Amino acid sequence: MSKLLRHHLFWPLTALVVLLAANALARPGFLSIGLRDGHLVGAPVEILRTSAPLLLIALGMTLVIATRGIDLSVGAVVAVSGAVALSHIASSPDPTSPTTAFTAVGIALALCLVLGVWNGFLVSVLGIQPIIATLILMTAGRGVAMLITGGMITTVTSPPYKSLGSGFTLGLPTAAVIAFGVFALVALVVRRTALGMLLEATGINPAASRLSGVRSRTLTWTVYAASGLFAGVAGVLISADTMAADANNAGLFIELDAILAVVIGGTALSGGKFNLSGTLVGVLVIATLERTVTVLGISPLVTPLFMALVVIAVTLLQSPAMRARLTAATRRRPPAPPADGAAPALQADAPTETEVKA
Amino acid sequence: MTTTIPITPPTGSRVRLDRRYLPVVGTFVVLALMLIIGGTRYENFLTPAVISNLFINNAHLIVLAVGMTFVILTGGIDLSVGAVLALSAVVCAALFQAGWPAAVVIPVAVLAGTVIGLAHGVMIHVFGVQPFVATLAGMFFARGLCFLIAPESIAINEGSFVALAGWSAPLGGFRVTSSVLIALAIVAVGFVSLHYTRFGRTVYAIGGGEQSALLMGLPVARTKVLAYVVSGTCAGLGGLLFAMFSRSGYALTGVAMELDAIAAVVIGGTLLTGGTGFVLGSVLGVLVLGLIQTIITFEGTLSSWWTRIVIGILLLVFVVLQRVLTYRRT
Repeated sequence: MSKLLRHHLFWPLTALVVLLAANALARPGFLSIGLRDGHLVGAPVEILRTSAPLLLIALGMTLVIATRGIDLSVGAVVAVSGAVALSHIASSPDPTSPTTAFTAVGIALALCLVLGVWNGFLVSVLGIQPIIATLILMTAGRGVAMLITGGMITTVTSPPYKSLGSGFTLGLPTAAVIAFGVFALVALVVRRTALGMLLEATGINPAASRLSGVRSRTLTWTVYAASGLFAGVAGVLISADTMAADANNAGLFIELDAILAVVIGGTALSGGKFNLSGTLVGVLVIATLERTVTVLGISPLVTPLFMALVVIAVTLLQSPAMRARLTAATRRRPPAPPADGAAPALQADAPTETEVKA
Repeated sequence: MTTTIPITPPTGSRVRLDRRYLPVVGTFVVLALMLIIGGTRYENFLTPAVISNLFINNAHLIVLAVGMTFVILTGGIDLSVGAVLALSAVVCAALFQAGWPAAVVIPVAVLAGTVIGLAHGVMIHVFGVQPFVATLAGMFFARGLCFLIAPESIAINEGSFVALAGWSAPLGGFRVTSSVLIALAIVAVGFVSLHYTRFGRTVYAIGGGEQSALLMGLPVARTKVLAYVVSGTCAGLGGLLFAMFSRSGYALTGVAMELDAIAAVVIGGTLLTGGTGFVLGSVLGVLVLGLIQTIITFEGTLSSWWTRIVIGILLLVFVVLQRVLTYRRT
C-alpha cells in the first residue's frame, strides 16, 4: 500500500479517475464511445482531440524542464504558427488545394523551429536564464503574430487544412493521432536510447555531465528547438480547429497549462528526473478538468478557480514535506525502488537532490 | 553575489562606479535617451503634463514592481500579481456596491492580497512547492475568485472613494494625484526596508545563497514567507490604485500584468537568480515601459503591437548586457 502511495503516478491517476467518475455520475452516458460514419465519437474521444495541442506542448516542456529549463514562449509560438500558416493560405491563389495547405504547414513549422533555435541559442550559448530568455519571445512573439496578421483575425476556407484539426484518421481524430504519434515517437527515442539519461544528467548537474563527456550545450539547444517545433505543430492544430488566426488569444496561457501538466505528472521544475507518462496523465487531467466544468454545469468563468483547487491539492500531496509525512505514517524505509527501470542510478539520486533544496 | 554590501572589495580606482550599479545606470541612460529622442521628435513631449501622466498611468505598476522586487531578490517569482490586482479591485467595487464604508472596504481589499501572499509563502516554504507553481495556482485561484464575485464590471460611485481618487494637487507645473503619492510612499517604504532593515539584508542574503543564509542563523523561513506577503500586499494595494484609476472593478483587469511587472524588474537591473537588484531600479524599469507606450501613442502611425515587440527587444538588450557584466565579474 505504501509502495502504491509513493508511486509517482498515484496522485495524478487518482485525480484523473476521480474526475472521470464525477463526470460519469453527473452524466451517465459520459464514458460511452459510439461509432458514427466509421469513426469514433463520444466524450472520451473528444477529450483526446482537445488535449492534442496541450500534449504536444507539454511534451516539449517536459524535455526542456528535464534540462533545468523552462519555455514560457510556447503560447506566443502557437500564435505565430497559426498566423503564418493562415496568412500564407489566405494570400495564395488557390486556398483550397492540398499543396497550399502543405506549404503553409511547412512554412509555419520551419519558422517555429527557428524560434525554438533562437531560444536555445539564448539559453545554451549566451547562458541566459531560461525563464528570462523565453520571456523575451513570450512578450515579443504575440506582437510579431499581430504584425503578420496585420492586427486582424485572419479566417480562411481550406478543407485540407481544416481536416488537420477536426478530421478523422483511422476512426480517430486526426489531431489526436498526430499528437499521440509524435508523443509515442519521442518517448521511444528518449527512453529506448541513452538520450533520456543524458538529458537527466544535464538537468541534475550541467557541469558534471559536461565534464563526463555529455554534450550538454547541444542537448539543451536541441530541446528548445524541439519545444518550438512542437509548439508550432500545436499552433497548426489549434488554428486548423478554428480556421482563424487570432494573434491575441490563440494559445493564450497554454504555457501555464503545459507547465501544470508537467508538474501534475510528477516532474519537478528543478530539473533532472522526468517522466513522460506522468506528463501524459497530467495533460489528460487538465483536458478532463476543462470538460468536467461544462458537464457539471459550472460556469466557465469559474474554471480557473476549480483548476487552482485541483492543482493546489495535487501539488501539496506530491510535495516533499507531505511525502515525508506520508512515508512516516506508513512506517517504511524511505528509499523507494525506481518505478520504471530507465535510469535507476539517476532516479535514486534525485530525491536527495530535492531534499537538499527543500 | 555578496550578502552584505560593503564587503565587496574596491576594484580599480575610487572614482570607478561600482559594478552593481551598472545595470541601473544603464536603465537610467535608456530612460534619458528615450526622453531626449521623444523631446526632439515631438513638440509637446517634454511637458509636465506628459511626465505627470507617466506616473499617474503607471502608479499601480510601480507598486507591483516594488513587491515583485522583494520576491525576485529572494530568488523566487510571483506570477499572481496581475490576478491579485484584479481581485483586490473587484473586492473593492463589490463591497462598495453592497454599501460598506470606505474605512472598511480599503483595508479589506488590500488584506485580500496579503492573505494570498501568505498562502503562497506557506506553500513555498512549508510544503516546498516551487514558487513558479505555487504562484501560478494562486493566479488561477485569484482570477477564478474574481469571476465568482462579479463577472461584470462594477462601477464605483461611493462618495469618499471617488473624492480620494479624484484628489490631485499641482506641484510646480506637475500634477500629483493621490495614487501617485501612495505609489511613491510605497517606493520609499520598500527602499528603506530593503536597504536599512534586518529584513532587507536577510532578503539579499537568501537570494545570494539560501543555504549560507540558513547556516548564518538568519531567519530564512520567516523572511521568505514575508517576501511573498509583501508582494501580495503590494498587489492588493495595486488593485486599490487601479480601482481608483478606473473607478471600477472588473475581473479581466491586469491580464498579463505580471509579465509587465517582471519585465520592469528585469529592465531595472535585478537578476532573476536573486541577490542583486534595487527597488529604485524597478521604478526606473516601470518608467521605461510607460515611456515606450507614451512614445508609441505620440508616434500615432505605429500600431499598439509594436509596444510588445519593443519591450521584448529591450528585455533582450538588458539581459544580454547583464550577462556580459556578470560574466566579466566571475
